Amino acid sequence: MKIRFNLNGDERDVEIVGPESLLSLLRRDLDLPGTKDACEQGECGSCTVQLDGDVVCSCLVMAADAQGSTVITIEGLGTEDDLHPVQQAMLDKGAVQCGFCTPGIVVAGANLLEENPHPNELEIREALSGNICRCTGYGAILRAFTELAEQGE
Amino acid sequence: MTTKQETGIRGGIGTSALRPDGEPKVTGNFAYASDLTAPDMLWGATRRSPFAHARLVSIDVEPALAIDGVRAVLTQDDVPGEPLFGQEDQDQPVFCDGVARYWGEPVAVVAAEDEETARLAAEAIRVEWEELPPLVDPEVALDEGEIFRDMEIRRGDSTVAGEVIVEGFYETATQDQAPLGPEAGIAIPDGEGGIDLYATTQWIHVDHRQIVACLDIEPGQIRCHPAGIGGAFGAREDISLHIHVALLSLTTGRPVKMVYDRSESFVGHVKRHPSKLWCRHEADTGGRLVKVTTKLILDGGAYAHTSRAVLANGAFFTVGPYRCDNVFVEAAAVRTNNPPAGAMRGFGAVQTCFAYEMQMERLADALGMDPLELRRKNALEAGDPMSTSGQIIEGSLPSLRVLEAIEAIPLPDDNTDADPRLLPGGTGLTTPPSSVVRGVGYALGLKNLAFSEGFDDFSEARVILTPAGVEVHTAAIEVGQGLITVCQQIARTVLGTEKVAVMWDDTSSIGSAGSTSASRQTQMTGGAVHAASVGLRDAILLAHDADELRADGAYRTGALVASLDDICADGPVAHHVTFRHPETEQPDEYGQGDVHAGFVVAAHRAVVEVDPDLGLVRVVRVDTAQDVGRALNPQAIVGQLEGGIMQGMGFAVMERLVIEDGIIKNPTFTDYLIPTFMDAPAVETRIVEEGDHWGPFGAKGIGESPTISSTPAIVAAIRRATGRDITRVPVLPEDIVGI
Repeated sequence: MKIRFNLNGDERDVEIVGPESLLSLLRRDLDLPGTKDACEQGECGSCTVQLDGDVVCSCLVMAADAQGSTVITIEGLGTEDDLHPVQQAMLDKGAVQCGFCTPGIVVAGANLLEENPHPNELEIREALSGNICRCTGYGAILRAFTELAEQGE
Repeated sequence: MTTKQETGIRGGIGTSALRPDGEPKVTGNFAYASDLTAPDMLWGATRRSPFAHARLVSIDVEPALAIDGVRAVLTQDDVPGEPLFGQEDQDQPVFCDGVARYWGEPVAVVAAEDEETARLAAEAIRVEWEELPPLVDPEVALDEGEIFRDMEIRRGDSTVAGEVIVEGFYETATQDQAPLGPEAGIAIPDGEGGIDLYATTQWIHVDHRQIVACLDIEPGQIRCHPAGIGGAFGAREDISLHIHVALLSLTTGRPVKMVYDRSESFVGHVKRHPSKLWCRHEADTGGRLVKVTTKLILDGGAYAHTSRAVLANGAFFTVGPYRCDNVFVEAAAVRTNNPPAGAMRGFGAVQTCFAYEMQMERLADALGMDPLELRRKNALEAGDPMSTSGQIIEGSLPSLRVLEAIEAIPLPDDNTDADPRLLPGGTGLTTPPSSVVRGVGYALGLKNLAFSEGFDDFSEARVILTPAGVEVHTAAIEVGQGLITVCQQIARTVLGTEKVAVMWDDTSSIGSAGSTSASRQTQMTGGAVHAASVGLRDAILLAHDADELRADGAYRTGALVASLDDICADGPVAHHVTFRHPETEQPDEYGQGDVHAGFVVAAHRAVVEVDPDLGLVRVVRVDTAQDVGRALNPQAIVGQLEGGIMQGMGFAVMERLVIEDGIIKNPTFTDYLIPTFMDAPAVETRIVEEGDHWGPFGAKGIGESPTISSTPAIVAAIRRATGRDITRVPVLPEDIVGI
């Protein structure tokens, strides 16, 4: 079937195959591998994208359900020449090690700060509790978002 | 970003230089092995054994081959070279060779035009099995089965007896490294009968050796390249899909990609050895250890992997960072039909640290002594003999300083007005604040650095000066820990320029850097980069009669005498080094000798809150003081300390692979629980610097320490909170409630 949705600011018409997930559509068909695939059960958050302003695990969303929606992936948040503030803070605070969780955390964290520019520590922890990081122990990520929360407008 | 300017060079050692792969990682542009593609690529999939032990009666690949889009189906009969592989002992068949020895053992692989077809075809292969009884009890295996290695350590006088004696039996469960990045690889034909392999790994040269042997191909025809790695922690030290994907590509003549899904990943890599330990600690009335006796069994699972080396670590660290003159150890790693065990962060030292630190807690209680005082009294320091091997400890070992530093971190206030989400049980809101009891526990842990027991441990590096800057070439694998940054920092400091790029070389372009494991790369590849940089600098200074190298050229008494273009007039200038650490030796028959290259010590203090009625635990905070030798990148060190603590915390209260009759019952992130942001305790870190004898600038590797003593510190805190003697990890609610 054919679906139409807004992906990182561009209207896209795509042909999808059967019971395909949004994650598979992004990674395989649309060549956007920045969204990661680590568990395909909605447990780790590495495939996090924004769907109509909500944070979702793209592995749990049927591609067909993206019809008419607005999707923002890591590729839509910033570039190496023009980093999103969340990306800059993650980089500066040493919140990136292997980096496999990083796109999901950037996407989820950017969404948090849009909805709540001054989250407290517990709000940061809760908002990112669906994103597993196996390397950092979360300390540097917390420091990155604490600084962002203090800077928010 | 503020940087500490110790060296005068921006991004040099001692600064928290940012990682060069950080920007691609935060923007999603970094290519992991699972992201790689090639034109005309096939997908591979694996068929696995559904039994922990079974005879392969027959296998019929025709139903798979009959599926449209399937290009190859391979079994053990199709392996052209050595039928067996293994890093130390070659004992594992590339595919099931007639008997499946663990649940999930590969039986066949398929290459097909797309991923779904490959998976469907793998399932379509018709396999007939005759189930056999699995041997899953390591104690039975010790008596009746096969032993990968046994060791005896005898040091001192066995007739000596202490006045205060504590004895305990301990068990540790199977922990999974659970790196977020799945096993993945792509093999691409080079058009000349060879292939280029890009796969998740910790050591491309040891992969290469095994692939070449099993494929019976000229070594130069296979090039193993580093690929983007999503964490490792030991899981990638052994072969997973490497031989399979290479063989599929050679057979089909097309690029082939394989990626394990999460459940497959759980069966597709080795685990932390489950262990059973019996310990008897004897002390005088003043609290000095006079004799320690330990028996240790590690369940190595179905194949050897690194079990022999893990066992040695377990055995040599049965006393930990404590002095004792009379030490007796019997240790064995055995073969069972459980999932194969191998390397995981801490490598044998984790299991024994849990046991000896629980013993130290019991001993403190038996003596009526403060647990910290007991540890201070027995602390092992540089110049002392290792209690097990008798080796005199060279370099630094600031055990007393890390104890002092951990004690100096203030304890948190009571959690009287905590948000209910931060109580034991968390968002389940099961625990009323009045039920919560708090405990504080300490632990000290010891680890060896780099490879031991006479292993020829080396790392090669080539440093090249070009008019555009410096290139560092190495085959060392960056798994996320920041080695690439440390190599840059070292070269910057020695060569006086910020412009340093670290290049990933494949197996055909440079020699081995050894494994990214054993806390070794900062010292080994860092040491190689340091030596190569020094060699390069000195050669340039000599050639131009100069006394200083800076970013723009060579200087004599402050004046530029040769620009980079002058220095490189005949082309880039290179220096290549093979770096080795001080030689170690094989232990004698009783485990005596200079078996280790160096040591690192860390202290942890945990604060826990427990609901003793429900057996629920919240780890409030875990603080640490870490011996680092010399801090090359403080921010990266803190990242290792915090991340390692989280894996230690997982092992203390959450992470347990449930294995019944050899079958993993929870091979998913839904059922194998890893600490999330809400579980993560607060962490305060203290870096203790005291230069070591051979690492670059006195640095030590610190990747494993944080995972070693964090676990027993948390369990000691639970013990203090509840008064219960806890003897296994992870601690389950029933251990606390006492049912």
